[in-house]
Amino acid sequence: MIRHITHLGRRGCELLEALGRAGIFLFLSAVGVPSREGWYLWLRQMHFVGVLSLAIVLVSGLFIGMVLALQGYTILVDFGAEQALGQMVALSLLRELAPVVAALLFAGRAGSALTAEIGLMKATEQLTSMEMIGVDPLRRVVAPRLWAGVVALPLLTIGFSVVGVYGGYLVGVEWLGVFEGSYWGNMQASVEFIADIGNGMVKSLVFALVVTWIAVFQGYDLVPTAEGISRATTRTVVYSSLAVLGLDFVLTAVMFGGLS
Amino acid sequence: MKRSKMMELGVGLFMLAGILGLVFLGLRVSGLTLTAPSDTFRLEANFANIGSLKPRARVTLAGVTVGRVAAIELDTDWYDARVIFELDAELEDRLSRDTTAAILTAGLLGEQYVGLSVGGDPETLADGDTIRDTQSAVVLEELIQQFVSNLISD
Repeated sequence: MIRHITHLGRRGCELLEALGRAGIFLFLSAVGVPSREGWYLWLRQMHFVGVLSLAIVLVSGLFIGMVLALQGYTILVDFGAEQALGQMVALSLLRELAPVVAALLFAGRAGSALTAEIGLMKATEQLTSMEMIGVDPLRRVVAPRLWAGVVALPLLTIGFSVVGVYGGYLVGVEWLGVFEGSYWGNMQASVEFIADIGNGMVKSLVFALVVTWIAVFQGYDLVPTAEGISRATTRTVVYSSLAVLGLDFVLTAVMFGGLS
Repeated sequence: MKRSKMMELGVGLFMLAGILGLVFLGLRVSGLTLTAPSDTFRLEANFANIGSLKPRARVTLAGVTVGRVAAIELDTDWYDARVIFELDAELEDRLSRDTTAAILTAGLLGEQYVGLSVGGDPETLADGDTIRDTQSAVVLEELIQQFVSNLISD
């Protein structure tokens, strides 16, 4: 009995230690003036994390927009309210689906790759070598990846929303025959720039920071073995998905739930 | 070197696409207009019952949207609802003093909005004036109650 309680206590202490390490890690890699070279490193990561994730995010956005329109239409048509389809598609995309689904895809596509890359650098002692020749690996390796993720995910989320709205248009207007004017008109009447698009962007920015932070920290903090890398990669996807979904509820409750 | 130029181009295009996407969302999806929001003027009206009228609801004249509801508050002198409208500036000093405001419903289950109709008075309403002649929202329960009591008394 006592042994179990001791075990629990040790686990708690380890968890707190890891949180503390992660916090210091975030602070150390996020501060610091970027040099000309740092800018170039950031650009390379933007290409890897942002541009190469574009395809999966846009294709998912298209299909989610299409399926939203299809499902929404079959429900709304029972109430004779299929004109509200544009409003439904746009609001559910901007407020919830685009930030959340883009963040989940980003965690799977880019986050796991970041963890594996940094983890392998650690396992092959490249990070230690850098420290020995006087290069700070946090600024050289981690900071560009962190900032690239924070900038790339909101941009990907915007792309997701735009393509999703057009996917909804394709199914709702072109296929199911909702009047085009009411699709766009109801959308414009009900979507508010600051309250809906702005809050969606804030969500996306928070998710970007959390997902990238988890990914680079898991890579930097892993046990430097083959098994350690595989575990850390799994943990990145699991932790960031849970964090995104949990934070999404909290942010939605604050932004749209009337909590004030 | 050639490859890095391609990469820079790719990232540049990506960021440009993101910004254009945001502009698209702003203009096409949320219906943001680039005109300055300042060219409006305010009118007030007191209603005995506003039903479920919400701030930001449409204000229409002959079915054309000419403004929106800026605020709704309780008038503690009369214990009725004071609704403040923000209307397009081109209507300033153009609406007659006996203009009426009614709270209407779009369809049977639709949202509520305010319909203005112009009277014949040569004097006009200026910024901050109050519309005197108002018509409250139709509350479905009251209507049914009236109908039932009429039925019983017949």
